[in-house]
Amino acid sequence: MQWHRPSARLLALRRLQVAIATVAAVVAAVAATGASALGLTLGGVALVAGGATTYFQRRRFLAWGYAERDDDLLVRRGVMFSRLSVVPYGRMQFIDVTAGPFERSFGLATVRMHTAAAASDARIPGLPHEEASRLRDRLAELGEAQAAGI
Amino acid sequence: MSDADGWNRLHPLSPVVRGGRATIAIAILFLPTVFGGGRDQMRTLVDLVVVAVLVALGFVSWIVTRWRVNGDDLQIETGVLRRQSLRFPLSQVQAIDVVRPGLARLFRVAELRLRMGGASGKSARLAYLHEREVEPLRDRLLALARGAPVGEASPPVVEHHLLATVPTSRLVASILVSDVGIAAELVLLGLVLGIVYAPSAAAGIASGGAVWILSVFQLVWRRFNQEYRLSVAEVPDGLLLRGGLVALTSETIRPGRVQAVRLVEPMAWRLLGWCRLEVDIAGRQRSEGEGQAQRRALRTILPVGTPALADELLDHLLPERPRELSPPPRRVRWKSPLRYPLLGWGRTPTCVVTRSGRLRRATNWVPLEKVQSLRRVEGPVQRRLRLASVHVDTAGRSVHAVIRDRDVGEADAVLEELVASARAARKAA
Repeated sequence: MQWHRPSARLLALRRLQVAIATVAAVVAAVAATGASALGLTLGGVALVAGGATTYFQRRRFLAWGYAERDDDLLVRRGVMFSRLSVVPYGRMQFIDVTAGPFERSFGLATVRMHTAAAASDARIPGLPHEEASRLRDRLAELGEAQAAGI
Repeated sequence: MSDADGWNRLHPLSPVVRGGRATIAIAILFLPTVFGGGRDQMRTLVDLVVVAVLVALGFVSWIVTRWRVNGDDLQIETGVLRRQSLRFPLSQVQAIDVVRPGLARLFRVAELRLRMGGASGKSARLAYLHEREVEPLRDRLLALARGAPVGEASPPVVEHHLLATVPTSRLVASILVSDVGIAAELVLLGLVLGIVYAPSAAAGIASGGAVWILSVFQLVWRRFNQEYRLSVAEVPDGLLLRGGLVALTSETIRPGRVQAVRLVEPMAWRLLGWCRLEVDIAGRQRSEGEGQAQRRALRTILPVGTPALADELLDHLLPERPRELSPPPRRVRWKSPLRYPLLGWGRTPTCVVTRSGRLRRATNWVPLEKVQSLRRVEGPVQRRLRLASVHVDTAGRSVHAVIRDRDVGEADAVLEELVASARAARKAA
């Protein structure tokens, strides 16, 4: 069994998102209060929070993983709450591939597996387009071969 | 009423019944106009125009709606501006309900509702049909769902094998000591005390909080109305549930469509040795446009009963269920002191049981062939204590079975074992 990771570009994307949010927060804090002591303190807090988030983003990125087995797909995620989902191919009802504006500019996409259970929620973000399409086609094919009724 | 292509229309009084409370309100509002006479001419005219418009709208909604059974599908066409043609494959039916609200009983009509599986979980509604067509149609649809040939003659008379029914006195007593019941009693007690000691203050509170007070009593009433004389019977097409006081319902759950079974024992009930048994099926439970009486989170098959009776029903639903539960490691006491005494789980090759709850004990059974996915989850506190939980996801909407707080090693092993036995159960099914 081999674990795969999302593309390293996902980490770059997350860092960019954190950086944009941090810069926006600092600018807002300074602009709203003028360049007073309070504004600078708030801006500093935002910077520290941004730095900490960057660190956690790295750990979260490393926690993502998926593995294709003979009968099911394993997806793991999460640092604080670590989750491992086992989704049998035969239970997949449909597979979504979505890419938001940020993801698209990095050439990435999110693959989401849907079963009849609302709680299943298995998704893999940050896959390169080719890998996302390959995974989607493969899952659809295996799902069709092993489909089981509700 | 069917035409050449097999299309049928609903009962002509359908719009009146579908109007429900609005119809009653309009009738009451216009009674003075009809019988009072000699009042303001202008107002009478306006009233008549309003009624005429409503009648015309109702007629249009009736004339554009038609349905037929075509091969293995039920087709419904409706809508004026946005024409809808709906097709419901009968092989995917999870359950069929016959619902009769109070007004429908007055006009001798009934609604037929087909619960479909699938992610969107839509239900097909035929509201309303004449009382005498409904039951034959239901039996015919169930036969088609079973895969019987289309042209089959009317199905044989169904023999009922009654499994359980609830005496009204016990139902009343159980509602009185249930959570909503106790809330209603406290409200009532407060009002009575208030009237005795401080009438003016009580009047103020009663008028201010009237909505809340009414809603509490409505909850109690709804529960009573739904569960009054509920009986469970075994029929060839599955389980037949019937009951209701004002709104009569009769639901048929097809065999093998039960996603999970739940036994609930609230604290007050446990002292009295009572429990409630519910089953969960696929499909959305709350659909738009359904009457309040028909919205229910789960299908209760035994509103209140003794554990022995519940056991008997469980034997019918899940003959191979696990009997013994293994308790969690002792260190779970530090994480969930209230839950600890109730936690436990067990399994057989085809079924999993989990038990949890703080004050209210809930036991969930999930047949392994119904498992959609499995998840192992480990939170920060659990990691400190070397614990993990395994979630068992089904297509049902309400029962969520979790093997909570097991040792990490056990959880990993359980996950692998359950994946394997769920696969085996799925292949065997």
